Amino acid sequence: MDIHEYQAKEVLSGFGVTVPDGALAYSPEQAAYRARELGGDKWVVKAQVHAGGRGKAGGVKVCASDTEIQEASEKMFGMKLVTHQTGPEGKGVYRVYVEAAVPIAREIYLGFVLDRTSQRVMIVASAEGGMEIEDISAEKPDSIVRATVEPAVGLREFQCRQIAFKLGIDASLVQQTVRTLQGCYRAFTELDATMVEINPLVITEDSRVVALDAKMTFDDNALFRHPQISELRDKSQEDPRESRAADRGLNYVGLDGNIGCIVNGAGLAMATMDTIKLAGGEPANFLDIGGGATPERVAKAFRLVMSDKNVQAVLVNIFAGINRCDWVAEGVVQALREVDVDVPVIVRLAGTNVEAGQKILAQSGLPIIRAATLSEAAERAVGAWKNDLSQGVKLRAIS
Amino acid sequence: MSILLDQNTRVIVQGITGKMARFHTRDMLDYGTNVVGGVVPGKGGEEVEGVPVFDTVEEAMAATGAEASLVFVPPPFAADSIMEAADAGIRYCVCITDGIPAQDMIRVKRYMYRYPKEKRMILTGPNCAGTISPGKALLGIMPGHIYLKGNVGIVGRSGTLGYEAASQLKALGLGVSTSVGIGGDPINGSSFKDILEQFEADPETHVIALIGEIGGPQEAEAAEYIRDHVTKPVVAYVAGLTAPKGRTMGHAGAIISAFGESASEKVEILSAAGVTVAEHPSAIGETIASVMAEAA
Repeated sequence: MDIHEYQAKEVLSGFGVTVPDGALAYSPEQAAYRARELGGDKWVVKAQVHAGGRGKAGGVKVCASDTEIQEASEKMFGMKLVTHQTGPEGKGVYRVYVEAAVPIAREIYLGFVLDRTSQRVMIVASAEGGMEIEDISAEKPDSIVRATVEPAVGLREFQCRQIAFKLGIDASLVQQTVRTLQGCYRAFTELDATMVEINPLVITEDSRVVALDAKMTFDDNALFRHPQISELRDKSQEDPRESRAADRGLNYVGLDGNIGCIVNGAGLAMATMDTIKLAGGEPANFLDIGGGATPERVAKAFRLVMSDKNVQAVLVNIFAGINRCDWVAEGVVQALREVDVDVPVIVRLAGTNVEAGQKILAQSGLPIIRAATLSEAAERAVGAWKNDLSQGVKLRAIS
Repeated sequence: MSILLDQNTRVIVQGITGKMARFHTRDMLDYGTNVVGGVVPGKGGEEVEGVPVFDTVEEAMAATGAEASLVFVPPPFAADSIMEAADAGIRYCVCITDGIPAQDMIRVKRYMYRYPKEKRMILTGPNCAGTISPGKALLGIMPGHIYLKGNVGIVGRSGTLGYEAASQLKALGLGVSTSVGIGGDPINGSSFKDILEQFEADPETHVIALIGEIGGPQEAEAAEYIRDHVTKPVVAYVAGLTAPKGRTMGHAGAIISAFGESASEKVEILSAAGVTVAEHPSAIGETIASVMAEAA
């Protein structure tokens, strides 16, 4: 789960990380008012969306007056911010964060991630702050400093000092840097984060170490023990189909294609999408309905997949192991009677009692296209969609 | 032989009184697995499916001589249960539980490394379907009847995709020595490499099938190991060709976040190491069959 910059800053400052003075606003008037409260003569207005790369997309603006703040935030509110991390549809801006501007002497990149090779928390830092880490690794790989944390003893001070000296931080600021690094690590482990990124961490002209930006991602599997973090969820930043699916216990990722997929198991679901692509189609979604393909879950899955208006055929691929195919077939038939599905439906069942399952599908009287293998199912799904197209049928209108 | 598990392996089930655990304990007993007990704190003295329940793994081991354990404990408590098994001296542990926090798994792995290698428990999973040595024993939740006994060693992340491979093999009359699920989580007990090492040493395994997916470094690490140390033919399939970057595809670990983690990059890395890659999932069985025919 992602949170906003202002939330991450609040969390991190609770762990001793220094952040600029700032205030949240829900309207341009409020933004100007909050700036006056903060004081000073220069502010930064920052659109709050769950994505990096806001600066280039017009989501960050330095302002020197009330009017400028009002104008800048008026532009941001209601805008769909499109950055390299949001996808083409962008993310809506509903809150802006106003910060007192900080005089910057140096910018540093600082990230904490779960490193899957060492299976530990890894710190990634670079003296090339302000750039995206992907660009730093491509252009200045030698500037990257890495350290992994031994989980039994935590992040040691000597490791932090080592990082600070390697980054060329002035000796008088090393203690502050150590405090910042240890604060981030404690926040990471105590709150079950999977990523903490401060880009940039700045050294100010008045010799302070300040987190100018902050991003945090949390482990969904650990939210049960952090209710205060769960509360920070902002559904306006999620794909509505995906949040609806998550609320129903289904695992869904929306894609750009037109062949909907309903599959049990994550690996098989990815394999199904791949087969559709190889057959010349484009998958509309990833959807794992989980091990137990109950009629209720299958019906929920059909509703969800059909809520995507681009879907022009649905491929159901279920490997029934413990749950027999005849039972899964009953579920598919029941779901198709309940849910209004006006596109071709291709069903491939495999596993226990497959013949009985096929028979139920055949005798249902429903126009289900059956397939024996996954590649056959994908070919038929792509074929059914193309056939509909060539016949000039207005798709999704016949029911 | 087979790896990790056979008909003689004495098995306990941690969390045996749960609904799913009960169901699969029955299923494992019917398959022929030597289930000798279960562990649920506070329920010692009870019986489930005819096997005794103990309060602690230590007690269960003392009373039954258990060597292997299957963890069915809910996510908040699963890490603790795995550590309990490691501490009691269980040799092989399979964790089925999906949804264990990643930092808990970091602690589990660190805890396991307290022990020297010869005493260290082998863990597969979490978030996996388990391990089966067909015709001998099954330690997990997979449908046993889709596996024929034979000479293909399977190691994969995904449950149902593994079933798909096994049933394609069965349709071709080919069987499996052992099939091991290493699970879909980012921090897991055993990697592909760990299991490949076991298959390479197992005389009953003639060919190895590796079923990978997007995310993480373990397929690339396996490729390097295969190139340098594996003499048996290896067939692979990698799921997620169409998966977008930066999105989690069901499994917590199935996310492309770094170079080399996409399906096409993994396919390239594996091919370069001499692995025969099946182009699509329906071809896993036939690719293995043709590699076996060539090797014979």
